Amino acid sequence: MSALNIVVCVKQVPDSWAEKKLDPADNTLDRDAADAVVNELDEYGVEEALQIQERLGGPESVTVTVLTMGPEKATESIRKALSMGADAAVHVQDAALHGTDAIGTSLVLSKAIERLAPDIVIFGSESTDARMSVVPAMVAERLGRPQLTFAGKVEVEGALVRIQRVTDYGYDTVEASTPVVVSVVEKTNEPRYPSFKGIMAAKKKPVETLGLADLGVSPDEVGIAGAWSSVTSFAARPPRQAGTIVKDEGDGGVKLAEFLASQKFI
Amino acid sequence: MAEVLVLVDHADGDVKKVTYELLTLAARLGEPAAVFVGSGADQAIAGLAEYGATKVYVADVADASDYVTTPLVSALAAAVAVASPAAVLIPSNADGKEAAARLAVRIGSGLITDAVDVTADGGIGAEQSVFGGATIVASAVTHGTPIITVRPNSTPPVVQSAAATRVDLTVELGDADRTARITERVAEERTGRPELTEAAIVVSGGRGVGSPEGFAVVEALADSLGAAVGASRAATDAGWYPHQFQVGQTGKTVSPQLYLANGISGAIQHRAGMQTSKTIVAVNKDSEAPIFELVDFGVVGDLHQVLPQLTDEVKKRKG
Repeated sequence: MSALNIVVCVKQVPDSWAEKKLDPADNTLDRDAADAVVNELDEYGVEEALQIQERLGGPESVTVTVLTMGPEKATESIRKALSMGADAAVHVQDAALHGTDAIGTSLVLSKAIERLAPDIVIFGSESTDARMSVVPAMVAERLGRPQLTFAGKVEVEGALVRIQRVTDYGYDTVEASTPVVVSVVEKTNEPRYPSFKGIMAAKKKPVETLGLADLGVSPDEVGIAGAWSSVTSFAARPPRQAGTIVKDEGDGGVKLAEFLASQKFI
Repeated sequence: MAEVLVLVDHADGDVKKVTYELLTLAARLGEPAAVFVGSGADQAIAGLAEYGATKVYVADVADASDYVTTPLVSALAAAVAVASPAAVLIPSNADGKEAAARLAVRIGSGLITDAVDVTADGGIGAEQSVFGGATIVASAVTHGTPIITVRPNSTPPVVQSAAATRVDLTVELGDADRTARITERVAEERTGRPELTEAAIVVSGGRGVGSPEGFAVVEALADSLGAAVGASRAATDAGWYPHQFQVGQTGKTVSPQLYLANGISGAIQHRAGMQTSKTIVAVNKDSEAPIFELVDFGVVGDLHQVLPQLTDEVKKRKG
Protein backbone atom coordinates (compact mmCIF):
# COMPACT_ATOMS: atom_id res chain seq x y z
CA MET A 1 0.00 0.00 0.00
CA SER A 2 1.44 3.31 -1.07
CA ALA A 3 1.60 6.28 1.23
CA LEU A 4 -0.46 8.34 -1.20
CA ASN A 5 -3.07 7.23 -3.69
CA ILE A 6 -4.10 9.42 -6.61
CA VAL A 7 -7.01 8.73 -8.96
CA VAL A 8 -7.10 10.64 -12.26
CA CYS A 9 -10.43 10.76 -14.07
CA VAL A 10 -10.12 10.61 -17.84
CA LYS A 11 -12.83 10.99 -20.46
CA GLN A 12 -12.72 9.97 -24.07
CA VAL A 13 -14.12 12.66 -26.36
CA PRO A 14 -14.41 13.39 -30.08
CA ASP A 15 -11.24 15.10 -31.32
CA SER A 16 -11.48 18.68 -30.05
CA TRP A 17 -10.21 20.07 -33.36
CA ALA A 18 -12.94 18.31 -35.34
CA GLU A 19 -16.47 19.49 -36.08
CA LYS A 20 -18.91 17.79 -33.69
CA LYS A 21 -22.51 16.70 -34.30
CA LEU A 22 -25.56 15.54 -32.39
CA ASP A 23 -27.22 12.27 -33.38
CA PRO A 24 -30.81 13.02 -34.48
CA ALA A 25 -31.93 9.56 -33.33
CA ASP A 26 -31.67 10.35 -29.60
CA ASN A 27 -30.22 13.90 -29.42
CA THR A 28 -26.95 12.69 -27.88
CA LEU A 29 -23.42 13.41 -29.05
CA ASP A 30 -22.55 11.46 -32.19
CA ARG A 31 -19.35 9.80 -30.98
CA ASP A 32 -18.71 8.05 -34.28
CA ALA A 33 -18.66 11.27 -36.29
CA ALA A 34 -15.11 12.19 -35.27
CA ASP A 35 -11.96 10.42 -34.08
CA ALA A 36 -11.97 9.67 -30.36
CA VAL A 37 -9.13 11.05 -28.25
CA VAL A 38 -8.33 11.57 -24.58
CA ASN A 39 -9.97 14.80 -23.43
CA GLU A 40 -7.13 17.25 -23.76
CA LEU A 41 -7.44 18.72 -20.27
CA ASP A 42 -7.45 15.25 -18.71
CA GLU A 43 -3.92 14.74 -20.07
CA TYR A 44 -2.94 17.68 -17.87
CA GLY A 45 -4.58 15.82 -14.98
CA VAL A 46 -2.54 12.67 -15.70
CA GLU A 47 0.64 14.76 -16.01
CA GLU A 48 -0.05 16.50 -12.70
CA ALA A 49 -0.55 13.16 -10.94
CA LEU A 50 2.71 11.84 -12.42
CA GLN A 51 4.60 14.97 -11.37
CA ILE A 52 3.28 14.65 -7.81
CA GLN A 53 4.37 11.01 -7.88
CA GLU A 54 7.87 11.98 -9.06
CA ARG A 55 8.20 14.73 -6.45
CA LEU A 56 7.11 12.49 -3.60
CA GLY A 57 9.35 9.49 -4.18
CA GLY A 58 8.03 7.64 -7.24
CA PRO A 59 5.77 4.60 -7.57
CA GLU A 60 7.02 3.15 -4.26
CA SER A 61 5.28 5.89 -2.33
CA VAL A 62 2.58 7.20 -4.70
CA THR A 63 0.16 5.17 -6.83
CA VAL A 64 -1.59 6.76 -9.81
CA THR A 65 -4.77 5.02 -10.95
CA VAL A 66 -6.70 6.11 -14.03
CA LEU A 67 -10.50 6.02 -13.84
CA THR A 68 -12.71 6.28 -16.88
CA MET A 69 -16.38 5.79 -17.61
CA GLY A 70 -17.30 5.05 -21.20
CA PRO A 71 -17.84 2.45 -23.90
CA GLU A 72 -15.32 -0.28 -24.71
CA LYS A 73 -13.58 2.06 -27.12
CA ALA A 74 -12.51 4.21 -24.17
CA THR A 75 -9.85 1.54 -23.50
CA GLU A 76 -7.73 3.53 -26.00
CA SER A 77 -7.76 6.50 -23.65
CA ILE A 78 -6.84 4.28 -20.72
CA ARG A 79 -3.86 2.92 -22.70
CA LYS A 80 -2.72 6.44 -23.48
CA ALA A 81 -2.78 7.41 -19.79
CA LEU A 82 -1.00 4.19 -18.80
CA SER A 83 1.60 4.82 -21.53
CA MET A 84 2.26 8.24 -20.04
CA GLY A 85 3.11 6.45 -16.78
CA ALA A 86 0.01 5.81 -14.67
CA ASP A 87 0.21 2.54 -12.71
CA ALA A 88 -3.22 0.97 -13.10
CA ALA A 89 -6.70 1.70 -14.41
CA VAL A 90 -10.36 1.17 -13.69
CA HIS A 91 -12.84 1.22 -16.57
CA VAL A 92 -16.53 1.60 -15.74
CA GLN A 93 -18.37 0.21 -18.70
CA ASP A 94 -22.05 -0.63 -18.99
CA ALA A 95 -24.54 -0.59 -21.84
CA ALA A 96 -26.95 1.36 -19.60
CA LEU A 97 -24.54 4.32 -19.45
CA HIS A 98 -25.20 5.66 -22.98
CA GLY A 99 -26.60 9.21 -22.76
CA THR A 100 -25.79 9.69 -19.05
CA ASP A 101 -25.82 13.37 -18.02
CA ALA A 102 -23.37 15.14 -15.69
CA ILE A 103 -25.43 14.29 -12.60
CA GLY A 104 -25.41 10.58 -13.43
CA THR A 105 -21.73 10.69 -14.39
CA SER A 106 -20.87 12.24 -11.04
CA LEU A 107 -22.82 9.48 -9.29
CA VAL A 108 -21.01 6.67 -11.09
CA LEU A 109 -17.58 8.27 -10.66
CA SER A 110 -18.25 8.94 -6.97
CA LYS A 111 -19.12 5.31 -6.35
CA ALA A 112 -15.96 4.18 -8.13
CA ILE A 113 -13.87 6.72 -6.22
CA GLU A 114 -15.33 5.54 -2.90
CA ARG A 115 -14.22 2.03 -3.79
CA LEU A 116 -10.68 3.17 -4.66
CA ALA A 117 -10.53 5.52 -1.64
CA PRO A 118 -7.76 7.78 -3.00
CA ASP A 119 -6.23 10.69 -1.09
CA ILE A 120 -6.40 12.92 -4.16
CA VAL A 121 -8.79 12.79 -7.13
CA ILE A 122 -7.67 14.82 -10.16
CA PHE A 123 -9.86 15.92 -13.08
CA GLY A 124 -9.26 18.10 -16.14
CA SER A 125 -11.27 21.28 -15.55
CA GLU A 126 -13.53 20.74 -18.56
CA SER A 127 -14.25 18.22 -21.29
CA THR A 128 -13.99 19.63 -24.78
CA ASP A 129 -17.30 18.04 -25.85
CA ALA A 130 -19.80 18.99 -23.13
CA ARG A 131 -17.80 21.95 -21.76
CA MET A 132 -19.86 22.13 -18.56
CA SER A 133 -16.99 22.05 -15.98
CA VAL A 134 -19.38 20.72 -13.35
CA VAL A 135 -18.48 17.09 -12.69
CA PRO A 136 -15.55 17.79 -10.30
CA ALA A 137 -17.77 20.03 -8.12
CA MET A 138 -20.56 17.43 -8.19
CA VAL A 139 -18.18 14.67 -7.14
CA ALA A 140 -16.85 16.87 -4.30
CA GLU A 141 -20.44 17.48 -3.19
CA ARG A 142 -21.37 13.80 -3.29
CA LEU A 143 -18.26 12.64 -1.44
CA GLY A 144 -18.22 15.53 1.04
CA ARG A 145 -14.64 16.24 -0.01
CA PRO A 146 -13.03 19.68 -0.25
CA GLN A 147 -13.18 21.12 -3.76
CA LEU A 148 -9.85 22.42 -5.10
CA THR A 149 -10.88 23.20 -8.67
CA PHE A 150 -9.58 25.26 -11.63
CA ALA A 151 -6.03 24.79 -10.35
CA GLY A 152 -3.21 26.49 -12.24
CA LYS A 153 -0.71 25.06 -9.74
CA VAL A 154 -0.90 22.16 -7.27
CA GLU A 155 1.32 21.58 -4.22
CA VAL A 156 1.16 18.62 -1.83
CA GLU A 157 2.70 18.88 1.63
CA GLY A 158 1.88 15.85 3.71
CA ALA A 159 -1.90 15.82 4.13
CA LEU A 160 -2.22 19.44 2.96
CA VAL A 161 -3.01 20.21 -0.68
CA ARG A 162 -2.66 23.80 -1.84
CA ILE A 163 -3.70 25.11 -5.27
CA GLN A 164 -3.81 28.35 -7.17
CA ARG A 165 -7.41 28.65 -8.33
CA VAL A 166 -7.42 30.67 -11.56
CA THR A 167 -9.76 33.68 -11.36
CA ASP A 168 -10.68 36.60 -13.60
CA TYR A 169 -8.23 38.83 -11.78
CA GLY A 170 -5.37 36.38 -11.18
CA TYR A 171 -5.67 33.56 -8.70
CA ASP A 172 -6.85 32.57 -5.24
CA THR A 173 -4.66 30.37 -3.07
CA VAL A 174 -6.92 27.62 -1.71
CA GLU A 175 -5.94 24.83 0.65
CA ALA A 176 -7.53 21.77 2.21
CA SER A 177 -6.60 18.51 3.88
CA THR A 178 -6.82 15.19 2.07
CA PRO A 179 -8.94 13.51 0.86
CA VAL A 180 -9.60 16.19 -1.79
CA VAL A 181 -10.98 16.68 -5.30
CA VAL A 182 -8.75 18.71 -7.65
CA SER A 183 -9.35 19.94 -11.20
CA VAL A 184 -6.55 21.41 -13.32
CA VAL A 185 -6.46 23.96 -16.15
CA GLU A 186 -3.97 23.78 -19.02
CA LYS A 187 -1.73 26.36 -17.35
CA THR A 188 -0.70 23.73 -14.79
CA ASN A 189 1.88 21.76 -16.77
CA GLU A 190 2.92 20.41 -20.16
CA PRO A 191 1.71 16.81 -20.63
CA ARG A 192 4.46 14.39 -21.68
CA TYR A 193 4.29 12.23 -24.78
CA PRO A 194 4.29 8.49 -24.08
CA SER A 195 7.73 6.98 -24.68
CA PHE A 196 8.18 3.70 -26.58
CA LYS A 197 9.11 2.09 -23.27
CA GLY A 198 5.97 3.55 -21.70
CA ILE A 199 3.78 2.20 -24.49
CA MET A 200 5.26 -1.29 -24.09
CA ALA A 201 4.96 -1.17 -20.28
CA ALA A 202 1.33 -0.06 -20.49
CA LYS A 203 0.34 -3.36 -22.10
CA LYS A 204 1.21 -5.19 -18.88
CA LYS A 205 -0.49 -2.82 -16.46
CA PRO A 206 -3.69 -3.95 -14.71
CA VAL A 207 -7.04 -2.64 -16.00
CA GLU A 208 -10.08 -3.53 -13.92
CA THR A 209 -13.45 -3.39 -15.65
CA LEU A 210 -16.50 -2.65 -13.51
CA GLY A 211 -20.19 -2.61 -14.33
CA LEU A 212 -22.94 -0.61 -12.64
CA ALA A 213 -23.85 -3.60 -10.45
CA ASP A 214 -20.30 -3.67 -9.05
CA LEU A 215 -20.79 -0.06 -7.95
CA GLY A 216 -24.29 -0.49 -6.56
CA VAL A 217 -25.74 1.93 -9.10
CA SER A 218 -29.13 1.09 -10.58
CA PRO A 219 -29.43 1.33 -14.39
CA ASP A 220 -32.43 3.67 -14.04
CA GLU A 221 -30.24 6.26 -12.29
CA VAL A 222 -28.15 6.71 -15.46
CA GLY A 223 -28.53 6.79 -19.24
CA ILE A 224 -30.98 8.93 -21.17
CA ALA A 225 -33.91 7.77 -19.04
CA GLY A 226 -32.11 8.59 -15.80
CA ALA A 227 -31.02 12.06 -16.94
CA TRP A 228 -32.55 15.04 -15.13
CA SER A 229 -32.39 17.27 -18.17
CA SER A 230 -32.90 16.54 -21.83
CA VAL A 231 -32.32 18.02 -25.24
CA THR A 232 -35.73 18.75 -26.74
CA SER A 233 -34.51 19.87 -30.15
CA PHE A 234 -31.44 21.13 -31.96
CA ALA A 235 -30.57 22.93 -35.17
CA ALA A 236 -27.52 24.17 -36.99
CA ARG A 237 -26.89 27.85 -36.42
CA PRO A 238 -27.93 29.76 -39.56
CA PRO A 239 -24.73 30.71 -41.41
CA ARG A 240 -23.63 34.30 -40.90
CA GLN A 241 -24.15 36.57 -43.83
CA ALA A 242 -20.94 37.01 -45.78
CA GLY A 243 -19.18 40.13 -44.63
CA THR A 244 -17.15 42.75 -46.44
CA ILE A 245 -13.45 41.93 -46.82
CA VAL A 246 -11.02 44.62 -47.88
CA LYS A 247 -7.29 44.46 -48.57
CA ASP A 248 -5.15 46.89 -46.62
CA GLU A 249 -3.63 49.37 -49.03
CA GLY A 250 -2.36 51.72 -46.38
CA ASP A 251 -5.90 52.69 -45.36
CA GLY A 252 -7.14 49.47 -43.69
CA GLY A 253 -7.40 51.10 -40.26
CA VAL A 254 -9.40 54.02 -41.64
CA LYS A 255 -11.77 51.69 -43.50
CA LEU A 256 -12.27 49.64 -40.35
CA ALA A 257 -12.98 52.82 -38.40
CA GLU A 258 -15.59 53.80 -41.01
CA PHE A 259 -17.29 50.43 -40.59
CA LEU A 260 -17.29 50.72 -36.79
CA ALA A 261 -18.71 54.24 -37.06
CA SER A 262 -21.45 53.02 -39.43
CA GLN A 263 -22.41 50.44 -36.76
CA LYS A 264 -22.37 53.16 -34.06
CA PHE A 265 -19.48 51.59 -32.13
CA ILE A 266 -17.55 54.87 -32.34
CA MET B 1 -46.85 33.46 -9.90
CA ALA B 2 -43.93 31.40 -8.63
CA GLU B 3 -40.64 33.06 -7.82
CA VAL B 4 -37.57 32.63 -9.99
CA LEU B 5 -34.37 32.90 -7.98
CA VAL B 6 -31.34 34.76 -9.33
CA LEU B 7 -27.94 34.39 -7.65
CA VAL B 8 -26.39 37.85 -7.28
CA ASP B 9 -22.82 38.07 -8.63
CA HIS B 10 -21.09 40.74 -6.60
CA ALA B 11 -17.89 41.83 -4.87
CA ASP B 12 -18.72 43.23 -1.40
CA GLY B 13 -22.07 44.54 -2.60
CA ASP B 14 -20.81 45.87 -5.93
CA VAL B 15 -23.24 44.05 -8.25
CA LYS B 16 -22.08 42.80 -11.66
CA LYS B 17 -24.13 43.52 -14.77
CA VAL B 18 -24.83 39.83 -15.45
CA THR B 19 -27.09 39.83 -12.36
CA TYR B 20 -29.36 42.44 -13.96
CA GLU B 21 -29.42 40.43 -17.20
CA LEU B 22 -30.55 37.36 -15.24
CA LEU B 23 -33.26 39.35 -13.41
CA THR B 24 -34.51 40.49 -16.82
CA LEU B 25 -34.69 36.88 -18.01
CA ALA B 26 -36.27 35.73 -14.71
CA ALA B 27 -39.17 38.13 -15.28
CA ARG B 28 -40.12 36.07 -18.33
CA LEU B 29 -40.41 32.92 -16.23
CA GLY B 30 -42.03 34.22 -13.05
CA GLU B 31 -41.47 36.68 -10.24
CA PRO B 32 -37.76 37.63 -10.07
CA ALA B 33 -36.21 37.25 -6.60
CA ALA B 34 -32.52 37.81 -5.90
CA VAL B 35 -30.31 35.71 -3.61
CA PHE B 36 -27.50 37.74 -2.08
CA VAL B 37 -24.71 35.89 -0.27
CA GLY B 38 -22.08 37.67 1.84
CA SER B 39 -21.72 41.22 3.05
CA GLY B 40 -22.78 44.44 1.31
CA ALA B 41 -26.48 43.70 0.71
CA ASP B 42 -27.56 47.21 1.79
CA GLN B 43 -25.52 48.66 -1.03
CA ALA B 44 -26.90 46.19 -3.59
CA ILE B 45 -30.64 46.24 -2.94
CA ALA B 46 -31.50 49.49 -4.75
CA GLY B 47 -29.92 48.23 -7.98
CA LEU B 48 -31.63 44.85 -7.70
CA ALA B 49 -34.99 46.63 -7.22
CA GLU B 50 -34.37 48.75 -10.28
CA TYR B 51 -33.98 45.63 -12.43
CA GLY B 52 -37.11 43.92 -11.16
CA ALA B 53 -36.26 41.96 -8.00
CA THR B 54 -39.48 41.67 -5.99
CA LYS B 55 -37.58 40.11 -3.09
CA VAL B 56 -33.96 39.93 -2.03
CA TYR B 57 -33.03 36.90 0.04
CA VAL B 58 -29.96 37.85 2.06
CA ALA B 59 -27.56 35.31 3.54
CA ASP B 60 -25.15 37.59 5.38
CA VAL B 61 -22.58 34.93 6.13
CA ALA B 62 -19.56 36.77 7.51
CA ASP B 63 -16.88 34.45 6.16
CA ALA B 64 -18.71 33.50 2.93
CA SER B 65 -15.87 34.75 0.75
CA ASP B 66 -13.29 32.60 2.58
CA TYR B 67 -14.48 29.31 1.09
CA VAL B 68 -14.83 28.02 -2.45
CA THR B 69 -18.45 27.71 -3.62
CA THR B 70 -19.95 25.98 -0.56
CA PRO B 71 -21.42 29.11 1.13
CA LEU B 72 -23.23 29.95 -2.13
CA VAL B 73 -24.65 26.43 -2.30
CA SER B 74 -25.88 26.44 1.30
CA ALA B 75 -27.52 29.86 0.83
CA LEU B 76 -29.16 28.84 -2.45
CA ALA B 77 -30.45 25.61 -0.92
CA ALA B 78 -31.93 27.62 1.97
CA ALA B 79 -33.58 30.07 -0.46
CA VAL B 80 -35.01 27.20 -2.52
CA ALA B 81 -36.48 25.66 0.64
CA VAL B 82 -38.18 28.95 1.55
CA ALA B 83 -39.34 30.05 -1.91
CA SER B 84 -40.11 26.77 -3.73
CA PRO B 85 -39.12 28.59 -6.93
CA ALA B 86 -40.08 27.77 -10.51
CA ALA B 87 -36.40 27.93 -11.46
CA VAL B 88 -32.98 29.09 -10.26
CA LEU B 89 -30.84 31.25 -12.58
CA ILE B 90 -27.10 31.51 -11.89
CA PRO B 91 -24.37 33.40 -13.79
CA SER B 92 -22.34 31.04 -15.96
CA ASN B 93 -18.89 31.79 -14.60
CA ALA B 94 -16.56 29.40 -12.73
CA ASP B 95 -18.02 30.04 -9.26
CA GLY B 96 -21.59 30.13 -10.58
CA LYS B 97 -21.34 26.90 -12.54
CA GLU B 98 -19.76 25.04 -9.64
CA ALA B 99 -22.36 26.37 -7.19
CA ALA B 100 -25.09 25.28 -9.62
CA ALA B 101 -23.48 21.84 -9.95
CA ARG B 102 -23.41 21.26 -6.21
CA LEU B 103 -26.90 22.69 -5.73
CA ALA B 104 -28.25 20.28 -8.37
CA VAL B 105 -26.82 17.32 -6.45
CA ARG B 106 -27.87 18.68 -3.05
CA ILE B 107 -31.52 19.39 -3.89
CA GLY B 108 -31.89 16.61 -6.46
CA SER B 109 -32.58 18.76 -9.51
CA GLY B 110 -31.57 18.84 -13.15
CA LEU B 111 -29.02 21.34 -14.41
CA ILE B 112 -28.50 23.19 -17.68
CA THR B 113 -25.30 25.21 -18.06
CA ASP B 114 -24.19 27.98 -20.42
CA ALA B 115 -27.66 28.95 -21.57
CA VAL B 116 -27.85 31.92 -23.94
CA ASP B 117 -31.62 32.28 -23.57
CA VAL B 118 -34.52 30.98 -21.46
CA THR B 119 -38.07 30.26 -22.56
CA ALA B 120 -41.37 29.81 -20.76
CA ASP B 121 -43.68 28.31 -23.38
CA GLY B 122 -44.70 24.78 -22.49
CA GLY B 123 -42.58 24.68 -19.34
CA ILE B 124 -39.28 26.35 -18.56
CA GLY B 125 -36.56 25.66 -21.08
CA ALA B 126 -33.17 26.96 -22.09
CA GLU B 127 -31.30 27.52 -25.30
CA GLN B 128 -27.62 26.67 -25.55
CA SER B 129 -25.07 27.32 -28.22
CA VAL B 130 -22.77 24.29 -28.48
CA PHE B 131 -19.92 22.85 -30.55
CA GLY B 132 -18.22 26.16 -31.07
CA GLY B 133 -21.50 27.95 -31.66
CA ALA B 134 -22.30 25.77 -34.68
CA THR B 135 -25.38 24.14 -33.13
CA ILE B 136 -28.28 25.63 -31.18
CA VAL B 137 -29.82 23.26 -28.66
CA ALA B 138 -33.13 23.58 -26.80
CA SER B 139 -33.09 21.80 -23.42
CA ALA B 140 -35.39 21.32 -20.48
CA VAL B 141 -34.96 20.09 -16.93
CA THR B 142 -37.08 17.01 -16.33
CA HIS B 143 -36.49 16.43 -12.62
CA GLY B 144 -36.80 18.79 -9.66
CA THR B 145 -36.36 22.58 -9.82
CA PRO B 146 -34.71 23.71 -13.06
CA ILE B 147 -31.24 25.11 -12.31
CA ILE B 148 -29.93 27.09 -15.27
CA THR B 149 -26.62 28.89 -15.59
CA VAL B 150 -26.77 31.75 -18.09
CA ARG B 151 -23.84 33.31 -19.94
CA PRO B 152 -23.10 36.99 -19.46
CA ASN B 153 -24.29 39.26 -22.30
CA SER B 154 -27.15 36.91 -23.21
CA THR B 155 -29.73 39.68 -23.00
CA PRO B 156 -29.68 43.45 -22.46
CA PRO B 157 -30.71 44.28 -18.86
CA VAL B 158 -34.10 46.02 -18.70
CA VAL B 159 -35.10 48.48 -15.96
CA GLN B 160 -38.43 47.48 -14.36
CA SER B 161 -38.70 48.81 -10.83
CA ALA B 162 -39.91 46.45 -8.13
CA ALA B 163 -40.17 46.42 -4.35
CA ALA B 164 -37.12 44.26 -3.54
CA THR B 165 -38.38 43.34 -0.09
CA ARG B 166 -35.49 42.09 2.03
CA VAL B 167 -35.87 38.60 3.47
CA ASP B 168 -33.04 37.47 5.74
CA LEU B 169 -32.09 33.82 5.50
CA THR B 170 -30.52 31.93 8.36
CA VAL B 171 -27.62 30.07 6.86
CA GLU B 172 -25.18 28.30 9.14
CA LEU B 173 -22.00 27.12 7.52
CA GLY B 174 -21.20 23.62 8.72
CA ASP B 175 -17.78 21.97 8.92
CA ALA B 176 -18.35 20.52 5.44
CA ASP B 177 -18.71 24.08 4.06
CA ARG B 178 -15.43 25.15 5.61
CA THR B 179 -13.00 22.68 4.06
CA ALA B 180 -11.55 24.38 0.97
CA ARG B 181 -10.25 27.61 2.46
CA ILE B 182 -9.12 30.63 0.44
CA THR B 183 -5.98 31.89 2.16
CA GLU B 184 -4.97 34.59 -0.31
CA ARG B 185 -6.39 36.48 -3.30
CA VAL B 186 -3.79 37.57 -5.81
CA ALA B 187 -4.57 40.19 -8.43
CA GLU B 188 -1.96 39.70 -11.11
CA GLU B 189 -2.69 42.87 -12.97
CA ARG B 190 -5.35 45.49 -12.44
CA THR B 191 -5.69 46.78 -15.94
CA GLY B 192 -8.65 49.10 -15.41
CA ARG B 193 -10.28 47.40 -18.41
CA PRO B 194 -13.74 45.83 -18.25
CA GLU B 195 -13.99 42.16 -17.32
CA LEU B 196 -13.56 39.92 -20.35
CA THR B 197 -16.86 38.02 -20.19
CA GLU B 198 -18.91 41.12 -19.33
CA ALA B 199 -17.35 43.59 -21.80
CA ALA B 200 -19.43 45.08 -24.61
CA ILE B 201 -16.35 45.16 -26.85
CA VAL B 202 -13.48 42.66 -26.86
CA VAL B 203 -10.23 43.17 -28.79
CA SER B 204 -8.23 39.93 -29.12
CA GLY B 205 -4.79 39.04 -30.39
CA GLY B 206 -3.40 35.75 -31.63
CA ARG B 207 -0.37 34.19 -33.26
CA GLY B 208 -0.10 37.10 -35.69
CA VAL B 209 0.69 39.47 -32.82
CA GLY B 210 4.12 37.82 -32.80
CA SER B 211 5.45 38.60 -29.31
CA PRO B 212 4.51 39.76 -25.81
CA GLU B 213 5.50 43.30 -26.80
CA GLY B 214 3.26 43.04 -29.87
CA PHE B 215 0.23 43.07 -27.57
CA ALA B 216 0.84 46.79 -26.98
CA VAL B 217 -1.01 47.62 -30.22
CA VAL B 218 -3.90 45.34 -29.22
CA GLU B 219 -4.12 46.96 -25.78
CA ALA B 220 -3.90 50.47 -27.22
CA LEU B 221 -6.85 49.76 -29.53
CA ALA B 222 -8.82 48.19 -26.67
CA ASP B 223 -8.23 51.25 -24.49
CA SER B 224 -9.34 53.63 -27.23
CA LEU B 225 -12.63 51.67 -27.46
CA GLY B 226 -13.06 51.04 -23.71
CA ALA B 227 -12.78 47.33 -24.49
CA ALA B 228 -11.46 44.22 -22.77
CA VAL B 229 -8.42 42.42 -24.17
CA GLY B 230 -8.54 38.75 -25.08
CA ALA B 231 -6.05 36.31 -26.58
CA SER B 232 -6.16 33.11 -28.57
CA ARG B 233 -4.73 29.90 -27.18
CA ALA B 234 -1.73 30.23 -29.51
CA ALA B 235 -0.86 33.51 -27.80
CA THR B 236 -1.42 32.30 -24.22
CA ASP B 237 0.40 29.00 -24.83
CA ALA B 238 3.36 30.98 -26.19
CA GLY B 239 3.33 33.00 -22.97
CA TRP B 240 2.68 36.29 -24.79
CA TYR B 241 -0.43 37.07 -22.76
CA PRO B 242 -1.75 35.76 -19.41
CA HIS B 243 -3.79 32.57 -19.43
CA GLN B 244 -6.90 34.08 -17.81
CA PHE B 245 -7.51 36.19 -20.93
CA GLN B 246 -7.73 33.19 -23.24
CA VAL B 247 -10.88 33.13 -25.38
CA GLY B 248 -12.00 29.78 -26.77
CA GLN B 249 -12.52 26.15 -25.91
CA THR B 250 -10.68 25.55 -22.59
CA GLY B 251 -10.74 29.32 -22.01
CA LYS B 252 -13.41 32.00 -21.66
CA THR B 253 -16.56 32.18 -23.73
CA VAL B 254 -17.48 35.73 -24.67
CA SER B 255 -20.50 37.16 -26.42
CA PRO B 256 -19.90 40.91 -26.77
CA GLN B 257 -21.62 43.40 -29.04
CA LEU B 258 -18.37 43.74 -30.98
CA TYR B 259 -15.46 41.28 -31.24
CA LEU B 260 -12.24 42.25 -33.00
CA ALA B 261 -9.97 39.28 -33.82
CA ASN B 262 -6.44 40.30 -34.71
CA GLY B 263 -3.88 37.88 -36.08
CA ILE B 264 -6.22 34.99 -35.18
CA SER B 265 -6.81 32.33 -37.84
CA GLY B 266 -10.16 31.22 -36.42
CA ALA B 267 -9.66 27.51 -35.70
CA ILE B 268 -12.59 25.82 -33.94
CA GLN B 269 -10.69 26.06 -30.66
CA HIS B 270 -11.08 29.85 -30.86
CA ARG B 271 -14.49 30.02 -32.56
CA ALA B 272 -15.95 28.02 -29.66
CA GLY B 273 -15.36 31.02 -27.42
CA MET B 274 -16.56 33.93 -29.56
CA GLN B 275 -18.90 32.79 -32.32
CA THR B 276 -22.02 34.18 -30.65
CA SER B 277 -20.61 37.74 -30.65
CA LYS B 278 -23.07 40.13 -32.30
CA THR B 279 -20.66 41.86 -34.68
CA ILE B 280 -17.32 40.30 -35.63
CA VAL B 281 -14.37 42.09 -37.22
CA ALA B 282 -10.98 40.60 -38.13
CA VAL B 283 -7.56 41.73 -39.23
CA ASN B 284 -5.32 39.00 -40.64
CA LYS B 285 -2.49 38.79 -43.16
CA ASP B 286 -3.83 35.54 -44.59
CA SER B 287 -6.85 36.14 -46.82
CA GLU B 288 -7.66 32.40 -46.54
CA ALA B 289 -7.92 32.43 -42.72
CA PRO B 290 -11.20 30.79 -41.60
CA ILE B 291 -11.94 33.73 -39.32
CA PHE B 292 -12.99 35.69 -42.45
CA GLU B 293 -15.95 33.29 -42.87
CA LEU B 294 -17.40 34.71 -39.65
CA VAL B 295 -16.79 38.40 -40.04
CA ASP B 296 -19.06 41.31 -40.77
CA PHE B 297 -16.00 43.27 -41.81
CA GLY B 298 -12.48 42.04 -42.42
CA VAL B 299 -9.17 43.60 -43.36
CA VAL B 300 -6.49 41.52 -45.06
CA GLY B 301 -3.32 43.14 -43.82
CA ASP B 302 -0.66 43.41 -41.13
CA LEU B 303 -2.24 44.13 -37.75
CA HIS B 304 0.86 46.08 -36.75
CA GLN B 305 0.01 48.57 -39.51
CA VAL B 306 -3.79 48.45 -39.35
CA LEU B 307 -4.38 48.59 -35.58
CA PRO B 308 -2.33 51.74 -34.79
CA GLN B 309 -4.08 53.51 -37.67
CA LEU B 310 -7.47 52.35 -36.39
CA THR B 311 -6.58 53.46 -32.84
CA ASP B 312 -5.65 56.95 -34.08
CA GLU B 313 -8.86 57.11 -36.08
CA VAL B 314 -10.99 56.03 -33.10
CA LYS B 315 -9.35 58.68 -30.90
CA LYS B 316 -9.87 61.33 -33.60
CA ARG B 317 -13.55 60.45 -34.01
CA LYS B 318 -14.15 60.32 -30.29
CA GLY B 319 -12.49 63.74 -30.09
